[in-house]
Amino acid sequence: MPVAVPFLAVTILEVVWMVVALLAMFTGLSVVVLSLTWLERKALGRLQQRLGPTRTGLFGLMQPVADAVKLILKEDIIPNSSDRAIFWAAPVIVVLSAFMIWVTIPAAEGLVLRNLELGLFYITAFAVVGILGLVLAGWGSANKYGVLGGLRSAAQLISYEIPIIMVVVAVGMMAQSLDLRVIVASQEQIPYAVLLPLGLVVFFIAGLAEVGRTPFDIYHAESEVVGGPFVEYSGAHWSVFFLAEYINTFAIAALVTLLFLGGWSWPWGSAALSWLPSLPDIAWLGPLLHLVWFLFKVYAVILVVFWIRGTFPRLRIDQLMAFAWKVMVPLSFFAIVITAVYLFYDWPAWTLTLMSLTGLVVVGYIVYRKMMEPARRIAEVKARQAAQAAQRQASRQTG
Amino acid sequence: MNAEPVEMLLNMGPQHPSTHGVFRMVLWVDGEKIVDVEPHIGYLHRGSEKLCEGEQYHQIITLFDRMDYVANFNNELVYCQAVEKLMGLAVPERAEYVRVILCELNRIASHLLYVGTIGLDAGAMTPTMFAFRGRERIQSLFEAISGARMMHNYFRIGGVKEDLPDNFEQMISDLLPQLKEDVEESDRILTFNEIFLIRLKDVGGISAEEAIDFGFTGPCLRGCGVEYDVRKAQPYSVYDRFDFDIPVGLDGDCWDRHWVRIQEMYESLKIIEQALQQIPGGEVVSSLGRRLIRPPAGEVYVRAENPRGELGVHLISNGTDRPYRLKVRPPSFCNLSAIKRLLAESWIADSVVILGSLDIVLGEVDR
Repeated sequence: MPVAVPFLAVTILEVVWMVVALLAMFTGLSVVVLSLTWLERKALGRLQQRLGPTRTGLFGLMQPVADAVKLILKEDIIPNSSDRAIFWAAPVIVVLSAFMIWVTIPAAEGLVLRNLELGLFYITAFAVVGILGLVLAGWGSANKYGVLGGLRSAAQLISYEIPIIMVVVAVGMMAQSLDLRVIVASQEQIPYAVLLPLGLVVFFIAGLAEVGRTPFDIYHAESEVVGGPFVEYSGAHWSVFFLAEYINTFAIAALVTLLFLGGWSWPWGSAALSWLPSLPDIAWLGPLLHLVWFLFKVYAVILVVFWIRGTFPRLRIDQLMAFAWKVMVPLSFFAIVITAVYLFYDWPAWTLTLMSLTGLVVVGYIVYRKMMEPARRIAEVKARQAAQAAQRQASRQTG
Repeated sequence: MNAEPVEMLLNMGPQHPSTHGVFRMVLWVDGEKIVDVEPHIGYLHRGSEKLCEGEQYHQIITLFDRMDYVANFNNELVYCQAVEKLMGLAVPERAEYVRVILCELNRIASHLLYVGTIGLDAGAMTPTMFAFRGRERIQSLFEAISGARMMHNYFRIGGVKEDLPDNFEQMISDLLPQLKEDVEESDRILTFNEIFLIRLKDVGGISAEEAIDFGFTGPCLRGCGVEYDVRKAQPYSVYDRFDFDIPVGLDGDCWDRHWVRIQEMYESLKIIEQALQQIPGGEVVSSLGRRLIRPPAGEVYVRAENPRGELGVHLISNGTDRPYRLKVRPPSFCNLSAIKRLLAESWIADSVVILGSLDIVLGEVDR
């Protein structure tokens, strides 16, 4: 059969290529996770007037490696009462979905494992799969804290998936595509952060909730449910969850960069670089510069995430859900509406900025008023205090 | 299959990270809501009161160190005052001032620890670090004075162990501005944080009448708006010579308790500054206190304002060198007694914050 040979040969080559690429992605993401753990500890340390890790290597750079070795060598305890199959499957599901998202996230023009026309659709779909793993982990470990944490994660992540999808729709409408490369290309001149700041804010906040980061780290809240779904996991199993969590954080930061901050494109387009002496015409230099610029943006977003972690306490579950359904969902719907109006009537770009800023300011002010309402009552207390003190002072002087 | 909603029994503690030691709560929860709670105490019971009956009077000071192990000086003070009152012993003026300075510093250290733990309970890590930095500075000073960071065993019946170190004035003048900064910093990062506000305000509220019925004292009572502080209501030591205010809250909820504690730290700083100006020279321990202590038979009740509330000591002597009976009224225990009432109808996440805002020390609850 003469046809089968080239068919088979190509397939094998493709398979080999795919395996190599997958391994490269896996390695790259693992290195990223190691760098993130180091960066988080250092950044948090600086925020808290500490040094962070210093003992292992220069600036404690080897700390993540030491941690990884320790975690892998640690005894892997499986509780007797756990449901073994589910207990084993849960981390795999979580980490697989985390890796699957990255299959279609481009880090530069050509640096993507498999670019999909419906890339964003694929990403939002796979982001939900990880929740299943968390719920299973909580349930399978037969621990009440685990169950509570798993159910919390289900409630939280599904609620926050809606604003994310809505904002993604708005971005897709503007770019007329769900292909991430097209979306980046359409931000060559003006990033969507400028056109649709509302979308950026909603996407970033919902993204924080999606990956369970402070102030939305409710499902693994250490002071309440003691780690939630991860409570019974140790050693390598636990480190797999850890890996998935950081990959997801990185993915959210990458998506913020791609959807709103212009991905790998330079500010004001490539024209901004024209003043440079002409670069040596090497084929790989362009993508490399793109990659560096992309990573720079992503790490900047991630530092904001760490900064928020170093500043805020955690919300309560009902407040979190109320925030999702009463604030985030309407806001993201508003984002779709204004984008549609802007596109339909073909208004100038600044009108969209104005509309989304208006929405942001109005809702932000309402939320702020609501949150600070106790503070206004506290002002009463303070006034009363001052009056009492003055009264005492007066009585002291007369007496 | 029974599809009706079932209440789940959730065991919180004694190894739970936010039960502040070895407190245990058995919660009946309906989803995330608490239906009922049953507190269990006694995991740290060491029989301190009974131990006191077997020790000589000056040995008991070490046992008091270990009751409220976050406010050691305040505890030592109450016991020493009880024995002094029984013996009618006059304490040198300088010793009184040293005691007041150390107690107020210890109050700040204890409240700083509270700020750190309430931050952790609410999910914020950074306030802990800021607060512990300030506490660390105070403890270094304590170490320079008494030789130990905790469990000082520095107060004596009739005074204090020895005079302050020579460079004390230098040390405290270095410490106070730093401490003021630390207190302000931990105040700024937490107290009016929007999320912290909605987490603590209107959570775990209790009315003043109920609080009094439960035997609340200290910041927990003052958070309800009751202006009651033993330092003012029944001044002991030299507290009547200082000008300070009693901060009170309005609603009696977690945030008000928090706010009262923060304000108390500023007031304590005021007291320390005044005490440093007024402190006289002279002896620091009465010569009578150096002998074997054998108070006359009789009984006495002494109380003082601890960081957690009113610590009372009921001491009965039968004329020997050991007390016949010593009963402690621990503020944490009385404040904790309201936990069932406070947690009713709250969320699981609130239980942690409410317990944190009561600021219990299990060493004192269990004794």
